[in-house]
Amino acid sequence: MTATTPALTGAALALGDDALVLSHRLGEWAGHAPVLEEEVALANIALDLLGQARVLLSLAGDEDELAFLREERAFRNVQLVEQPNGDFARTIARQLYFSTYQRLLYGRLAAAGESPLSGLAAKAVKEVAYHQDHAEQWTLRLGDGTAESHDRMRAGCEALWRFTGELFRPVEGVDVDWAELEADWLASVTGVLERATLTLPEGPRTGAWRAGAGRQGLHTEPFGRMLAEMQHLHRSHPGATW
Amino acid sequence: MTVPTAPTAPTAPTAPTASPAATAGPAGARETPEAVFDAAVAADERIEPRDWMPEAYRASLVRQIAQHAHSEIIGMQPEANWITRAPSLRRKAILMAKVQDEAGHGLYLYSAAETLGVSRDELLDKLHTGRQKYSSIFNYPTLTWADVGAIGWLVDGAAITNQVPLCRCSYGPYARAMVRICKEESFHQRQGYEALLALSRGTPEQHAMAQDAVDRWWWPSLMMFGPPDDESSHSAQSMAWKIKRHSNDELRRRFVDICVPQAEALGLTLPDPELRWNEERGHYDFGAIDWAEFREVLKGDGPCNEQRITQRRRAHEDGAWVREAAAAHAAKHGEATR
Repeated sequence: MTATTPALTGAALALGDDALVLSHRLGEWAGHAPVLEEEVALANIALDLLGQARVLLSLAGDEDELAFLREERAFRNVQLVEQPNGDFARTIARQLYFSTYQRLLYGRLAAAGESPLSGLAAKAVKEVAYHQDHAEQWTLRLGDGTAESHDRMRAGCEALWRFTGELFRPVEGVDVDWAELEADWLASVTGVLERATLTLPEGPRTGAWRAGAGRQGLHTEPFGRMLAEMQHLHRSHPGATW
Repeated sequence: MTVPTAPTAPTAPTAPTASPAATAGPAGARETPEAVFDAAVAADERIEPRDWMPEAYRASLVRQIAQHAHSEIIGMQPEANWITRAPSLRRKAILMAKVQDEAGHGLYLYSAAETLGVSRDELLDKLHTGRQKYSSIFNYPTLTWADVGAIGWLVDGAAITNQVPLCRCSYGPYARAMVRICKEESFHQRQGYEALLALSRGTPEQHAMAQDAVDRWWWPSLMMFGPPDDESSHSAQSMAWKIKRHSNDELRRRFVDICVPQAEALGLTLPDPELRWNEERGHYDFGAIDWAEFREVLKGDGPCNEQRITQRRRAHEDGAWVREAAAAHAAKHGEATR
């Protein structure tokens, strides 16, 4: 099953790359999580995302060619998902921002129906609802936990804030009301942060190297290093099957 | 996260009355808890957390289950080492799922240990300070992708050979945990075998990678069954208590017998020139294990001992503020809702 129009291929790549890259970052936590239950949870979320990525990339072409043989400039993921894990709070902040976005987006795509993306969205929305709940619960625990966890959660939310504007730049082939999506996202994130005794970060969410840059293949420096690790083995054995 | 600590010694000689064995003694004689316990074990009944048990039985189980749980947790590391480099998305998904299962197995096993009156925190502390051990196999490094397949086939294969009899272990919570774990482990083992088969049938470079991995993991896998029977300090008592059902050497022999035809089917060789079928015994003969290496690894001088325990400690220490936050949040909101 391959996407039939260039717009759909582009959309599948953009959303597929988001899921692929975030899954990879979460996979880096394996063996390093603060508590055993989080080893399970983070790997679970990573697996869900990898599953979504595989479906989406297969709409656009061969999943392994796309994952392992494209260079940095050809990836279409938003810059948010490629950000390094940092401490647990930063990982949770990234997860809160992104899973809220994914849930709102997939919810709309699933409801719209009749699009090649709606089948995936219908399945994925159940997974991302769980991811969002996980991120929200941890935002509450860390924000409203100890003084140290509060400070770390605030720092994580602030550091990643500037990457959130890009989430709402329209993606061709994804037919949703992006302004409305952004308004809903802001309302949801604001509500969670307030309950967590935190405030919505201030500062710009748009700019030449932020809004839409990742979708155009302009990424941040850590991303190339991430790809080097991810692609090294596959590229070392051209044409091999695994 | 804190678990109420059950008394580690019986508070009163309340002999279990539920056990049919309790009524099977000589008429009129009041049975001691020891006699009830011995009869239950002899009758292949399950010992449950509230039943009286000898302190040495309890201690032996805590030691074994904790070591088993620690092995699952440390065992995540050599495989997680390849998650970010897995060569296809399918293999990456399989590997992630496997490492996740291992964390889950650790959770089951710590829960089983907690029924004996110890807490997970206490056991983790013993792991981190080197007072409890984990399987020696995880002190070997994963140097190539093929190691992931070799671990699935050989290491999980050895684990299953060891663990299937534990499904009939006399201690109920451990036996039940093993039933669940063995199902998932055999799935992993098949996946490992299949990954190795793909390599063996792949390019010459891939085949060589697979062979090299099997060469490095074969002997350490045989060491997983523990020291030879005449040097195994816990074996006799564990077998009398029906914690263990078979001796180390017996399980090791069984494993070799299973592996040889599988290696042939894989198109790979096992690195033992003395390996050959013995018609008379109906088993494969195999070469001598390097017990000096085994002892070195157990003592902490294996290739990765230091690295494994350092990473585990660091994850725990780096995560302290997260666990403190969760506890503080629960305390605040527990009070607020009451």
